[in-house]
Amino acid sequence: MSSAIRDPAAGPRLLFTLCVVVLAWPGFTLTEFDPVALFDPRSRDTMGKFVASFFPMETSAEFLRLVARSTLETLAIATAGTALAVAIACPLALVVTRSLSVSRIGPGPGLALGRAVRVPARFILMFFRSIPEIVWALLFVRAVGLGPAAGVLAIGVTYGGMLGKVYSEILESNDTRAATALLEAGGGRIAAFLYGLWPVALPELVSYSVYRWECAVRASVIMGFVGAGGLGLQMELSMRMLNGGEVSTILIVFLLLVALADAISALLRRITA
Amino acid sequence: MRTAHWLVAAALAGVVWASFGFLALDLGRVFTAEALAQMGNYAASFFPPDLSADHLARIARGTLETIAISAISTLLAAILGLLLALPAAGRFGPAARALARLALNFLRSIPELVWAALMVIAAGLGPFAGTLALTWHTAGVIGRLFAETLENTPPDPARALRLSGGRAAVAFLYGTLPSVMPQLVAYTLYRWEINIRMAAILGVVGAGGLGQMLYVSLSLFQQQQAATVILAMLVIVTLVDAASSWLRQRFAS
Repeated sequence: MSSAIRDPAAGPRLLFTLCVVVLAWPGFTLTEFDPVALFDPRSRDTMGKFVASFFPMETSAEFLRLVARSTLETLAIATAGTALAVAIACPLALVVTRSLSVSRIGPGPGLALGRAVRVPARFILMFFRSIPEIVWALLFVRAVGLGPAAGVLAIGVTYGGMLGKVYSEILESNDTRAATALLEAGGGRIAAFLYGLWPVALPELVSYSVYRWECAVRASVIMGFVGAGGLGLQMELSMRMLNGGEVSTILIVFLLLVALADAISALLRRITA
Repeated sequence: MRTAHWLVAAALAGVVWASFGFLALDLGRVFTAEALAQMGNYAASFFPPDLSADHLARIARGTLETIAISAISTLLAAILGLLLALPAAGRFGPAARALARLALNFLRSIPELVWAALMVIAAGLGPFAGTLALTWHTAGVIGRLFAETLENTPPDPARALRLSGGRAAVAFLYGTLPSVMPQLVAYTLYRWEINIRMAAILGVVGAGGLGQMLYVSLSLFQQQQAATVILAMLVIVTLVDAASSWLRQRFAS
């Protein structure tokens, strides 16, 4: 190849690729990256048999009844968990929201007290939402035992933290003049919320909560893997017994369930908007 | 409030009530003095977190492992995603396009944790399973984003190269790739951020990293060690959040 048509970008590209390879190299060691292990006759045998058993799907009436029950349980966990999350989030959001703060209007006696309440409330919300739901589920499974209660509590706590933060952001970003006027005229916090903020912010609050319910459906399937009930628990059991037919049935049901939650949530948001 | 609103509110209340009923969940029983004391004891057993040098060294290794899992899987997923995105963007005809899209949808719609549980069966316990699991799911997400980028990029530079006699591969490498590269890199970095968080918890099904450490110490009733792992997870998530928002602010314009 003559030098006239040599690629001018080849040098930098080669250097970039080299950098990526050098940086990634220790990563391959750390992750024990070993594709050959996948084709080691023993594990290939196990996995091959497992995957082959995905078809045909398990469709016996007895198993389908079990799956239907687990699906309902998953939906119930998501719903109860979201309800608990709303119950946790509402009071904390009311405490945290700045546009509802009486003491911020002027130099009043409540300033220090207000801060003393608001800072820990903010901290609780942050703590609740920074630990992933599956870790909460692991903890609650050990604290209250295996079963749906752990899933409900895990969703309630994690999503309570998220909802609380988002609620207060919604209440602060909407038109707050009505609430300020009520507070300045001597109204209380609750009155300012009910008559000043609630009417404006309601659709947004509902729509975000419904979206979180949709996420909770997905999360409650996953939390089943650590023993928190529902469809995930069933999938974990089937996987442990290497029963591929059951796993593929549950996977299909899971995909349908997520699509259904998607549709319900879209519908609810359209009604309330 | 309109009547519809009241109806929806009543229906929601009914559904919530039915859910608690179906689960036979008595929150009153969870919150009895005895149960609360038990939970309090369990929570208290996490303190103080184990900060011994020995344990911290293991945490550091787990953290490195977590970051390695996320980085390697994102890298592999970007390569696999690009390979699938080319047919998915319709470059090899409609049949290949439909097939590639089906593959991407399949990879994407199975959550990381389910992939991880499957990969633990295929590759055994450990970080390799986690890496594979994140690779599959991320390849599905990234492949779709890449395909959209490829479809939306102006075809003129590549066409000019083709018309002047270049081969298809050359036209792609020098006509298309340079203009989509920044977008591909941005998507990949964004998924990496998500994957760091995911890699930290994937281990609870046995797929390596901090999650596996957490699972093991909780199973051995070593709550103080578990508390340190949770702290390390919080630190990672916070640092990643801060770094990403700093980078976004710095390079967004």
